[in-house]
Amino acid sequence: MIRYELLDLLKPTLTEELVVCNIGSPSQELHALDDQPSNFYMLGTMGLASSIGLGLAMATDKKVIAIDGDGSVLTNLGTLATIGNNPCDNFILLIVDNGSYGSTGDQPTYTGGRTSLAKVAEACGCENVVECSAEETPEALRAALDANRMTVIVSKCESGNVKCPVITMNPITIRERFMREVAR
Amino acid sequence: MAREIDRQIIGDLRDNGIDFVTSVPCKQLAGVIELVDQTDGILHVPCNKEDEGMGLCAGAYMGGMRPLIMMQNTALGVTLNSLATLIQFYQIPLPMLISYRGEVGEPVACQVEMALHTKALLAQFHIPTYHFHKAEDVAELPGILQHTQMCSKPTAILTDASFWGSAK
Repeated sequence: MIRYELLDLLKPTLTEELVVCNIGSPSQELHALDDQPSNFYMLGTMGLASSIGLGLAMATDKKVIAIDGDGSVLTNLGTLATIGNNPCDNFILLIVDNGSYGSTGDQPTYTGGRTSLAKVAEACGCENVVECSAEETPEALRAALDANRMTVIVSKCESGNVKCPVITMNPITIRERFMREVAR
Repeated sequence: MAREIDRQIIGDLRDNGIDFVTSVPCKQLAGVIELVDQTDGILHVPCNKEDEGMGLCAGAYMGGMRPLIMMQNTALGVTLNSLATLIQFYQIPLPMLISYRGEVGEPVACQVEMALHTKALLAQFHIPTYHFHKAEDVAELPGILQHTQMCSKPTAILTDASFWGSAK
């Protein structure tokens, strides 16, 4: 199962929650599948979805899901230590781990090799880390939301993307409609 | 050990609604960071790298908080992309309290190398920049914090060795 199919599978679960979505193909695919004001699309800045999600979760009581990628987390690996040391029970980091840099042509990342982000997250102090298949991810996400405990989910997917249009929405529009959802 | 200047800066942050601070330490900012950690009403979340910190600040802002980042000018190199594509592109107000290393009084030669580029980079990125050189310059801080919110931009407050040396 590739990321697009996983996001499609997650649609019924992503309803009330605030979603911060990683740059490039992940945001484009989510936008094409299920555009909602409660989605914050990153149009640039690789690596910061988890940090934006954590900062947001610290500032709101609402549930926050950061949809990140393995390559993106690898570029900001310190984020797992910050998350592990500042647990926010309304925060879920969902790492779509397809072992590749999807937006740039599916070049392999090191998680396709010897690196386990689940083990890194655990070693960084994250207490609830779940590694699962893409097929198991909706159930894992539902369980994490119901548990009200900060959870890192590493969802093992196949490499691959579905061609979706580039998001042309104005960044201020994305932010303002998202902030209205946060404040609602 | 926090000093009077550190207490004044933290007081100005609180008075102007700053309630979220992330930081990467610097010797010159040690007192103010020590104090912010003990300040009620300001959530201090240390980050590992300054671009990560800008992500935290962007999230906190969208959650309704008023963030500030404390960092060293050497970190400008790792934050330029985040400043352009996140903070500026989405128009997020973000005051940056920056330890301006490499100016007169600097003991480490290597720090001068980034000091040479600091103001040029900030100018190139169209970031409103304020330079605290003497102790009394701190009086500008409340106005700068208000200006940052008004214009929804990142702003840079450069605090050099002379400023910290002359302050009580």
